[in-house]
Amino acid sequence: MSTTLPPKTEDGSSPVAPATPTDRRAKRTRLWGRPAFFQSYEQQLALFDTWSKRVGVAVVVVVGFALTQVFSDDILRSLALAFVLAIAALGLNMVTGLAGQVSLGHAFFIGIGAYTAAAISGDPEARTIGYGIEEMWIWLPAAGLVAAVFGVIVAPIATRLRGLYLAIVTLGLVFLGEHVFREWSSLTGGAGVGRSAAEPVLFGFDFSDAGSDSMFTRDQQMYVLMLVLLLVFALAARNIGRSKVGRSFAAVRDRDMAAEMMGIDLPRTKTLAFALSSFYAGCAGGLLYTITGYFDPGSFNLLLSVQIIAMVLIGGAGTVSGTIAGALFVAMLPTIVRNLVAPNLTFISTLPSETPNVFQVEQILYGLLIVVFLLFEPRGLFGIWVRFRTYWKSWPFSY
Amino acid sequence: MSVANGSASPVLELDDVHLSFAGVKAVNGVSLHVDPGELFAIIGPNGAGKTSLFNVMSGVYRPQQGAVRFLGESVLGAKPSKIAARGVARTFQNIALFEHLTVIDNLMLGRHQHIGYGPASAILWRGRARRLEVEHRRHCEEIVDFLELGSWRHLPVGLLPYGVQKRVELGRALAMEPKLLLLDEPVAGMNLEETEDMARFVLDIRDELDVPIIMVEHDMGLVMDLADRVLVVDFGTPVTTGTPAEVQTHPEVVRAYLGEEAT
Repeated sequence: MSTTLPPKTEDGSSPVAPATPTDRRAKRTRLWGRPAFFQSYEQQLALFDTWSKRVGVAVVVVVGFALTQVFSDDILRSLALAFVLAIAALGLNMVTGLAGQVSLGHAFFIGIGAYTAAAISGDPEARTIGYGIEEMWIWLPAAGLVAAVFGVIVAPIATRLRGLYLAIVTLGLVFLGEHVFREWSSLTGGAGVGRSAAEPVLFGFDFSDAGSDSMFTRDQQMYVLMLVLLLVFALAARNIGRSKVGRSFAAVRDRDMAAEMMGIDLPRTKTLAFALSSFYAGCAGGLLYTITGYFDPGSFNLLLSVQIIAMVLIGGAGTVSGTIAGALFVAMLPTIVRNLVAPNLTFISTLPSETPNVFQVEQILYGLLIVVFLLFEPRGLFGIWVRFRTYWKSWPFSY
Repeated sequence: MSVANGSASPVLELDDVHLSFAGVKAVNGVSLHVDPGELFAIIGPNGAGKTSLFNVMSGVYRPQQGAVRFLGESVLGAKPSKIAARGVARTFQNIALFEHLTVIDNLMLGRHQHIGYGPASAILWRGRARRLEVEHRRHCEEIVDFLELGSWRHLPVGLLPYGVQKRVELGRALAMEPKLLLLDEPVAGMNLEETEDMARFVLDIRDELDVPIIMVEHDMGLVMDLADRVLVVDFGTPVTTGTPAEVQTHPEVVRAYLGEEAT
């Protein structure tokens, strides 16, 4: 077992006897001259196991909050939307990226969540169903749970089908959902009319209402709320991913027959993956339209599903940070095109009546990006990051 | 090394097992029993039904006729995951590892059924989940040491050389703390050095860990050196069972492998 130790020992090829969990002292004492040397499995299993990761994440989070003071309300609103879509994408990443079950039905679960939240929080006096419970800590988990129940109902299909067949069945869900949402006008307001979304009220504080005495604008408040929620959901997703549960998902994805031989119950594992994924979708659905305040039953269409899939694929299937990056990238694409590309390329019109206009450019870029990523970097943005990191780890040598 | 036949109750018993796919008889009346601490080998020409027998034992196929008893209890028709939970671990002829996961994660998946915490605990990653992850990680490291996988442990198994992948698969089966280990061609496609390594591991598993093993293998040298008893099958039908020396000289076995003697 002769192995040359790499310059940094984060890889944990540590021959040192691990500390017992109770041996707290071992956590603090480090080998002289080898500050990065792991001496316990706890150190190695830590979420941010290296100094650079801890600093990197801290910087990203601080910058995330600081952006409220940098960007205009318009851009903050787009970013808040992107954060919510990232929560939905994290859910899809669980079922598709980790467990390997292709689902085109994510828009359906987002819709379920959106209407559950809106109905619970809605005005009882309005023409659409509403129970007037505006507290977010009630309607947000409820939106997730109702969607998760639908996920569990759909899961038996998923345990019998795989690949393309499962994709087509989940596609059917989207059309079923669209029809029901359009026709059930006492809940949804009906096609072309819509209803008001849930109220983001937490312990009496309404994030969507910046009073005249508030030092923050409405969009700044919503942005911070969504950022915090995204961090919470991302942390949970990361914990699921590195735990027994995430491992069993990945086992089902890589080799389902071998997974069964390890004592993993396939139907149960797939059902759990769908339930967790729909829970995320439901929560995202509940939050999504609190930013705009109003939504139409036509919103939960195939395009939304495809958009979420694009986020996972462009970001890097199976990774949490990649999925978030992909979600921000895809969701911010229209804003980027409108604010950066269009003003510099004068032949692109901002009027929809002229050709070429920004809306066409957006659509073309969107499709082009999916094709380019699948062809050249199937591991997505996360793969680019890994390559970048490896390059700088060994710089100036090529290996 | 081998425990004398009948001195202890067998770990696994197959009694007159018949398995057919439509018209094809894959397994035709095979009976066998494996005693504690025994290294039992199954040999036979290609298509003799050796892997089908493994699939019957691990619950992938349900035989139309016959009985399968593990530790005295019938496991006929039980789901593969349930049979695995009772302590039957196996490796595959064509490596079936979780190729995107690291060696450690593959071993941890072998321990899946021993790790007792649920999704709620996993989300929080506090207390029980973290304690059990560390505890079972330690167990996996013992297997890493045992199989000399130290330098590979954090690499995705898809990137590892073939011989090492075979070893990881053996490790994953060991991580299950099996009461019976099924090895499907553990040295297929390996060079001499790798074969010798694997032979040493197999002997160590039987002698040090005291796990009975059933091995399907085409490498006759390995089978004759290692096995306590050998079952020969041909076209799904059992030819003979006996010690390697008995089997080697059995006229039916010679015929199955070499064909009829020219007259």
